[in-house]
Amino acid sequence: MTDKRLKHLSFGRALFDLFSSMRFAIGLLVVLAIAAVIGTVLKQNEPYVNYRIEFGEFWFRFFEPLGLFDVYHASWFLLLLLFLVVSISLCIWRHLPGMLRDIKSFREHASHNSLRLMAHHVEVDTGLDLDRVKPYLAAQGFRFREREADGMRIIAAKKGAGQRLGYFFAHSAIVVICVGGLLDGNLPLKLRELTGSKAPETRDLPQSQVPAQSRLGRDNPAFRGNVTLPEGGTGDVVFLNSGQGYFVQELPFALHLKAFHVEHYSTGQPKRFASDVDVLDRKSGKVLKSATVEVNKPLIHEGVAIYQASFGDGGSPLSFQLWQLAGGTAQALAAQSQSTQALRMAERDYKLEFGDLRVFNIENLGRTEQATSTVAVNRFEQALANAQSVKAEHNLRNLGPSIQFKLRDDAGQAVEYLNYLAPFSENDALYLLTGLRREVAEQFAFVRVPLDKDASPATFMRLRAVLLDKSLYPEIARRTADTAFKGGGFSATNRQQFEQVTQSLLAQFGNGGFPALDAFLKAEVPDAQRETVAQTYLKILQGAVGDAMDVAQQRAGLPTLPMDGEQYRFLMDSLVATSSLFDYGGPVYLQPTGFEEVQASGFQLARAPGQNIVYLGCLLLVIGIYCMFYLREERLWLRTANGQTLLAMTASRHDAELDRSFARHVAALLPDTNEHPDERPHASP
Amino acid sequence: MQALKQRSPLDFAFALLVIFAGFTAFSRYREFMDYYEQGILIGSAAGIIWLGWFWRPMRVFLPACAAIAIGAMALYQGDLARGQAVFWLKYLLSSQSAVMWMCVLFFLATALYWLGLLRRSNTALSIASGLAWAAAGAALISKLVRWYESYLIGSDVGHIPVSNLYEVFVLFCLITALMYLYYEAKFQARAMGAFVLLVISAAVCFILWYSFDRQAHEIQPLIPALQSWWMKIHVPANFIGYGAFALSAMLGMAWLLAVPAPTLPGGNRVALYGVATLLIAAGITFQLKGAEWFPKLGAGSGLVALFILAVAGMLLLALNRGLLASFLPKPETLDEVAYKAIAVGFLFFTIATILGAMWAAEAWGGYWSWDPKETWALIVWLNYAAWLHVRLVKGWRGTVLAWWSVVGLLVTTFAFIGVNMFLSGLHSYGSL
Repeated sequence: MTDKRLKHLSFGRALFDLFSSMRFAIGLLVVLAIAAVIGTVLKQNEPYVNYRIEFGEFWFRFFEPLGLFDVYHASWFLLLLLFLVVSISLCIWRHLPGMLRDIKSFREHASHNSLRLMAHHVEVDTGLDLDRVKPYLAAQGFRFREREADGMRIIAAKKGAGQRLGYFFAHSAIVVICVGGLLDGNLPLKLRELTGSKAPETRDLPQSQVPAQSRLGRDNPAFRGNVTLPEGGTGDVVFLNSGQGYFVQELPFALHLKAFHVEHYSTGQPKRFASDVDVLDRKSGKVLKSATVEVNKPLIHEGVAIYQASFGDGGSPLSFQLWQLAGGTAQALAAQSQSTQALRMAERDYKLEFGDLRVFNIENLGRTEQATSTVAVNRFEQALANAQSVKAEHNLRNLGPSIQFKLRDDAGQAVEYLNYLAPFSENDALYLLTGLRREVAEQFAFVRVPLDKDASPATFMRLRAVLLDKSLYPEIARRTADTAFKGGGFSATNRQQFEQVTQSLLAQFGNGGFPALDAFLKAEVPDAQRETVAQTYLKILQGAVGDAMDVAQQRAGLPTLPMDGEQYRFLMDSLVATSSLFDYGGPVYLQPTGFEEVQASGFQLARAPGQNIVYLGCLLLVIGIYCMFYLREERLWLRTANGQTLLAMTASRHDAELDRSFARHVAALLPDTNEHPDERPHASP
Repeated sequence: MQALKQRSPLDFAFALLVIFAGFTAFSRYREFMDYYEQGILIGSAAGIIWLGWFWRPMRVFLPACAAIAIGAMALYQGDLARGQAVFWLKYLLSSQSAVMWMCVLFFLATALYWLGLLRRSNTALSIASGLAWAAAGAALISKLVRWYESYLIGSDVGHIPVSNLYEVFVLFCLITALMYLYYEAKFQARAMGAFVLLVISAAVCFILWYSFDRQAHEIQPLIPALQSWWMKIHVPANFIGYGAFALSAMLGMAWLLAVPAPTLPGGNRVALYGVATLLIAAGITFQLKGAEWFPKLGAGSGLVALFILAVAGMLLLALNRGLLASFLPKPETLDEVAYKAIAVGFLFFTIATILGAMWAAEAWGGYWSWDPKETWALIVWLNYAAWLHVRLVKGWRGTVLAWWSVVGLLVTTFAFIGVNMFLSGLHSYGSL
């Protein structure tokens, strides 16, 4: 475009030229691609608090208005898409008429000179056998038109005109897809937010109290929102996330969850999530439709698709045995998962915040010991053997139901527990697992509570109470000394000393378990003797714990437990557990004893009126791309005049394929030609 | 009719065989398939016939692989444990043995392609080509046998082996090799194989590491989100795209080594070699220590190392333009094959993305969620759309497009593996 023309160009025309240019469209695509990358690198739609923490208040204030936390729904992103639609539409508008003319035309008016200028042409001094030419062209798939004038005859042939239509299809497809996408996107809602008639709710309110300006009526054409229903629950709204808040979208019907099912593979991976639902009339509550919604199998009702999105615990009744760690006594406690209840314990107020009940806990406990070898050569062989088999042996174990909860004291400090209901068995001994952690990011540290012959923690609790009761230490120490000096041979002073040591050991242990004993050793015993002294102390303590058990049984009016290998192990486990429980963080151990599972199912409900438009666009796109790349537009001219024949060819793509078909047509149409078509100059620059 | 008349008896025999196989599968397994899967069966039968007619060697290759795979299935006699006991299964035909053979054969083929290229030896090149065919055969057999093995683990476990990163890597090797072999025969340019087999060998290295270090070859049951007939068409279509893009990138690299460029002054060259050396050192260090220094990256540190090495490689490529000019096929051929591969890849990638969107509409509740995988698929798509635009509309050729297709492979690799490693999202089936 010259400067002179530019001056005469109106502003509108210049704008049209800019918007309809490929350069502009490609530029837009690049910007879109970069924006899209930002959206993938920066995790989108997290709670805004997380961004505040990650970027700090300063950057948060910059990023938030830019919509970086929800790039794909930011106004500027939608504006870019809109520009793209306009630009491509104008591009089509600009090129379509010429293209249609081109498709229709046979170009039979091509001049001699223009044909000779084509890279693929050949001229021979013979006439043309029309009876042979026409059937040949038809057989090759050409359509043609003839023109005669001034003793000159020209046959203009073409095929594969659809190649040009491909351009039209592919580009209009982008427009169609974008229009469909914008219909389903949140553009209408965004506009209503801009005009101030709607605003997202940021407070955590019961659904029914959300004010009208954050509620969207049933007339809202497109939405995509979530709702979680417990078994037996009914809902008639979904929640749409929007920036820092949410909207409440009313549904044209109510959804009732009858039951939720989870099935597992034998390896513990989930196999099937399914919700039995009823679709109810909002007013009358009449059942309109009953169905099972599964992953990959949505239910569609009145244009609203109901998807299985997530699942969880819907508030299950639970029962516990509440063990007071101070006295070792127990009482029953009834509770419900996903709820909070108060607990008064040792003159302090606590809050129990129950979380999830998980019925299955299938854990991979790693390879069994025989399966792992430490020798390098064996390891290599093992790797080879493993690589050969598509099925591996896994040490899987179902740990049974578990309940997670927090115990919060009156100062607001919370400890989180994960308690298992079923006993965990190891080498024929039974334990109850209870895990605790003080930070959400930490792993649970587990304490194993040893169980007695009745699979109850009662015996351990009794023993623990005795081990912590200072008034009983002299009695225990006396019994321990009795046992130790049964054979005689030691003096009375030795015995007294022994009793004192035992008492002080019990006192140290009763103060803080093994860590306290360890600290005592480090403080009082010189380095050189520590090892031996520690061994002796341990032996004494091991003896004392048996006597403590006897005392505990006696106090409870129960027969003493016979000492054997099993009992010995129980006592040692009890020492470990007692020691661990010093760091338990709360005054109680909640032993789960029963539950009645009530599951919850998370649904996503969506209405996307633009979906079929998008699919139509996709179809157009595939057709368009196919036409553009796999149809070849070829044009061929045969011009005879004065006993001379000229054959010229062009194609939509000047490539080796054109060279080959040119050679083929020349050989078929002009068999007498001396000139070898391969010597034609190559078309590609 | 015209088209049918040109068909040879072998064409019809092949078609009948495929139809027979389709009917057998249909009658035996009808009750295990829903309507869509029955539709896919009919569609694949038609597609296989078309493929055999379009590319004649397939008329022998596909039935031969199928026959061997059926033989392997017969040897199992319905008992997976026989895979470790029966000689033929243990050393040749169980899916894992076949994969190992595929790895070995691809390595050998790569070595021989390079030997043939550098010694200009046609014998070596034709042996290499045969090895590549054998490797592709092993890959296809392993896929078919693995499919069967998955049902031996449990009838509820069985599924088509395109469900995780390990399985699709084997698929990638298979598709890339077959596409390459097609172009090799069509353009009579065997020396291209030296480059294309490099990318396949890289994938093979990954498969070996993934299998030995991570035991990724174990067959896992499908999570509910993947239990859909869409997987059967979405994943293969995607890998035709990825395979084609990888092919074009390697040809772009070959083109750059086939066409000389004005050389830089000596001082700059030395400096750039220095930079390349530093980058290589950095890449290797990162590979060894990255996981330690940046524990957050995890297995992703390997990918970061790969990208650093890729930049170094591109630098070396730029410094050695035209190095193999006298060994490689004509640049025009390389350019044309690269274009054709991108055209095929673009079409299939478009179809795959659309199929993915339709699947997402059924599984995730919306055809487009701006999930990282979706977004990166869009970016890859835009990249090649732009490539095709400048070539077809602006008529660009040569250097820029060659470089662009090489860089395109990095974008594609990130979309393929990087997204699964670094960016969490709905599409996290293939995480390491």
